[in-house]
Amino acid sequence: MALEVDGQTIELDEEGYLVDLSSWTPEVAKALAAGEDVELTDEHWDIINFLREYYDEYQIAPAVRVLTKAVGKRLGKDKGNSKYLYSLFPYGPGKQACKYAGLPKPTGCV
Amino acid sequence: MADYEIPKISGEEGIVDVPKIKPDAMKSHGPWVSKPEFQEAMHFPTDFKMPEDVSQYGDADTLVENWKERALDKMADLKGRYRSLQVFLDICVKCGACTDKCHYFLGSADPKNMPVARQDLLRKVYRRYFTFAGKFFGKLGIPKFVGAAELTEDVVKDWYNYYHQCSQCRRCSVFCPYGIDTAEISMAAREILDHIGMGQKYCTEIMGKLNKIGNNLGLPEAALADTLEGLEEDIYDDTGVDVKLPLDKKGAEILLVTPSADFFAEPHVDGLMGYAKVFHELGLDWTLSSYASEGANFGMFIGSYENMRKISLRIRKAAKDLGVKRIVFGECGHAWRVAYSFLNTLAGPFDFLDQNYPIPQHVLEITEPALAAGKLNIDKSQNDDMVLTFHDSCNIARGSRMGDKPGGQFEIPRNVIKAVCNNFVDMPADTIHDATFCCGGGGGILTDDLMEVRVKGAQPRMEALKYVTNHFGVTHMAAICAICKSQFTKVIPYYGFTMDQIVSVHQLVSNALILTGQLTEEEIEAKEAAEEAERLAAKEAREKAAEEADKK
Repeated sequence: MALEVDGQTIELDEEGYLVDLSSWTPEVAKALAAGEDVELTDEHWDIINFLREYYDEYQIAPAVRVLTKAVGKRLGKDKGNSKYLYSLFPYGPGKQACKYAGLPKPTGCV
Repeated sequence: MADYEIPKISGEEGIVDVPKIKPDAMKSHGPWVSKPEFQEAMHFPTDFKMPEDVSQYGDADTLVENWKERALDKMADLKGRYRSLQVFLDICVKCGACTDKCHYFLGSADPKNMPVARQDLLRKVYRRYFTFAGKFFGKLGIPKFVGAAELTEDVVKDWYNYYHQCSQCRRCSVFCPYGIDTAEISMAAREILDHIGMGQKYCTEIMGKLNKIGNNLGLPEAALADTLEGLEEDIYDDTGVDVKLPLDKKGAEILLVTPSADFFAEPHVDGLMGYAKVFHELGLDWTLSSYASEGANFGMFIGSYENMRKISLRIRKAAKDLGVKRIVFGECGHAWRVAYSFLNTLAGPFDFLDQNYPIPQHVLEITEPALAAGKLNIDKSQNDDMVLTFHDSCNIARGSRMGDKPGGQFEIPRNVIKAVCNNFVDMPADTIHDATFCCGGGGGILTDDLMEVRVKGAQPRMEALKYVTNHFGVTHMAAICAICKSQFTKVIPYYGFTMDQIVSVHQLVSNALILTGQLTEEEIEAKEAAEEAERLAAKEAREKAAEEADKK
């Protein structure tokens, strides 16, 4: 699979995740989301940006609990829960948000 | 929600009716094939051409060279290594007792998902090449006459597809008068597929991460440490008690080996906090290991003794390096089967551990006696907002035991739930204990590319859950397996339930356990208010100091 963004061909794996994580740009995120009929709002970007920061530091996506806690701290307690995250990323904040943020998919029994 | 039909559940009887068969209902290309780089890390052959598209899966030109000979060589190797495999391939009398026992058959109606038919996909090839009758009639061009068949591309495609519609749950084997274990046949088939260029991406990618980083998630040490610290904070915020989740603590008495999903997913993580609180309250000195930060062992799913052993040896090494005296396993189904049934063979002898305790031990074998002896202060009313039922995980129910009495693996988790909850109801008898229905995601099936298989395979369990929901007001289902918990949270919405209806058993313990020195809700509120006031005062003081500095 591949994605065309600004004349560049971005290679994707079978499940639509980036093969080369460094090929990510905000435009890539928008294109990935558009492919699933999602328009990225500021609320989505708050999460995507946090995921990328966390990944930079720890080389893995944050656990759901880590994510909800961080969101709660940054955006207010009413948003620090999985319900809010699922409202933005209905296929699961872990998997769907990671995809748009250009992170590898969390694997294992999750 | 999906482009296939979701099975209907009624909740009337709690048992799914045997469906009218729908041939080829689940015919497909199967899950994503594993790339050569993943296969290499598993020490499987890599001289195959990665298919560019799923439509090419199983085509001869994508397989290893001489794939047919190599598949048969592997089959010969496996039947020589495991006498059970040859016996299972030989002794089936086609009585049909297993036909309606598989959750994937019940949910999909595809006759190739009847356990006997699934076995026959491999058995017919075994017959053709390894039995006199098969060779004889094969040469005459009528192998079918004796239930034998040539090994062809189409057979390989069927293997890949239908052996990834088996969760190796072994429910069929309970009902087989000969005790034929389809799981073992599935495992052998996957091992053969791995040797001809048809590994499954989900399993091999995960094991690659485990071998490199220590767990299925690929959670590095720093991230694990950060996660555990966060959990300590959460427990402190909830209780006012300093409960630790130690990592790599040398000289600790207990090494806890738990599925890495416990660090990452919900409701798993609530169970992990439950273990920590129980250990804390009992004064047990324990630790996790960053090197062996995984209980799961997918080597079993793909029938690879070598890979299963390699993963198990990490646990041995961690136990030795940390100098622990006991190894305890957290809530993980197949991890417990590997631990209870095989660990000593794979990674023993464990003569360096304290022989006064079970080696290894299940965390429930610590919690249950402690509850029975009244060593834990429990307020059952904390779980009064729920009516619980319990899902027996297949690998625990049918592949292991707990405690020192037969059936302990059924009684011990239930005893724990009943000791911490006022409301507990079992699902119908044909769906629990050793007749339990798999969650639909075990054995390497818990991957998004097999969603249809997972949803359909969950139907029998969903029907039983619906029954106790309708008749007894059950609101939550507890489980003791990371795969079950993840599978259910994902698939139960397809059946009209909500994902938060799935809970960990130790989450229930955690809810009800009153720690020594635990603060009441009012006290916590007061403490938080005091801390907030302190923060504000400090902030004011800082601002004031800054203002004064400005003035100067």
